[in-house]
Amino acid sequence: MLLSDLTGITRNVLAGGRHRYGYGAIQNRLQQMQDEMQRLFSSGVAERPAGEYPAINLWTNEEEVIVTAELPGVNAEDLDITVVGRTLTLKGTRKAEEVKEDECCHRTERRYGNFVRAIELPYEVEGEKVSAKLDKGVLSVTLPRAEADIPKKIKISSN
Amino acid sequence: MADTLEKKEAEVTEGVEHTRAVKVYTPAVDIVEKAKEILVTADMPGVDDKSIDITLEKNVLTIYGKVDVDVPEKYRASYVEYGIGDYRRSFTLSNEIDREHIEATVKNGVLRLVLPKAEAAKTKKIEVRAA
Repeated sequence: MLLSDLTGITRNVLAGGRHRYGYGAIQNRLQQMQDEMQRLFSSGVAERPAGEYPAINLWTNEEEVIVTAELPGVNAEDLDITVVGRTLTLKGTRKAEEVKEDECCHRTERRYGNFVRAIELPYEVEGEKVSAKLDKGVLSVTLPRAEADIPKKIKISSN
Repeated sequence: MADTLEKKEAEVTEGVEHTRAVKVYTPAVDIVEKAKEILVTADMPGVDDKSIDITLEKNVLTIYGKVDVDVPEKYRASYVEYGIGDYRRSFTLSNEIDREHIEATVKNGVLRLVLPKAEAAKTKKIEVRAA
């Protein structure tokens, strides 16, 4: 999409320049593309929406997994987090605001209702030591890896 | 209900460049018109009362939420479904809003804007008398 965009711009410029894009716009667009590329490479992973609610991000290292999800407007008491084996389940409700009969909705883009999402973790976790934090509508669950599952470093003895 | 579950990126306004190297998203909003006020609710996870800017210029009300991209250190992003970035959205207000009394609150990453209607615009009930 980006490439075709650029080709479009170039073509317009070649054809006389007084088209949809001015010179500044090309520079802006190029700068934006550069930024996007940089971001893409620095994070290492491209976004891949799963089409499920809530969307999650997974952060890992050898000892812990952090699962984050955006849950604006969800209260901690309306959220249920469970771990069974390698599956983390997020279950909750987003309460709808009541709209009285004489009120009219111009826009309803936000979603309401119950949601359940099960996430498979990359390894077994210590269920007892899982902690969760809900701050500014962002949930973050930290799951330490099960002791038995942590890779052991093997020392090589030399004679 | 929104068409997609994905976060929508805000359009780049012509001639305006970002000074922060972050993505800017369009927050999902609900707008409900009540008898005395218009209520705007916007989902802006990661934003609190200190990181939100609301400006009113002429007829345009703009909300801008700054989100700190805090990437956990020593962790690798192994699976990414949503992007993190700021939020921006603008609304054109009609003259019937009482601009002096606009109220804004943020709770759990949700912004609530109450735009009271100006006196003149409130619905008046017209009584019908029998002749």
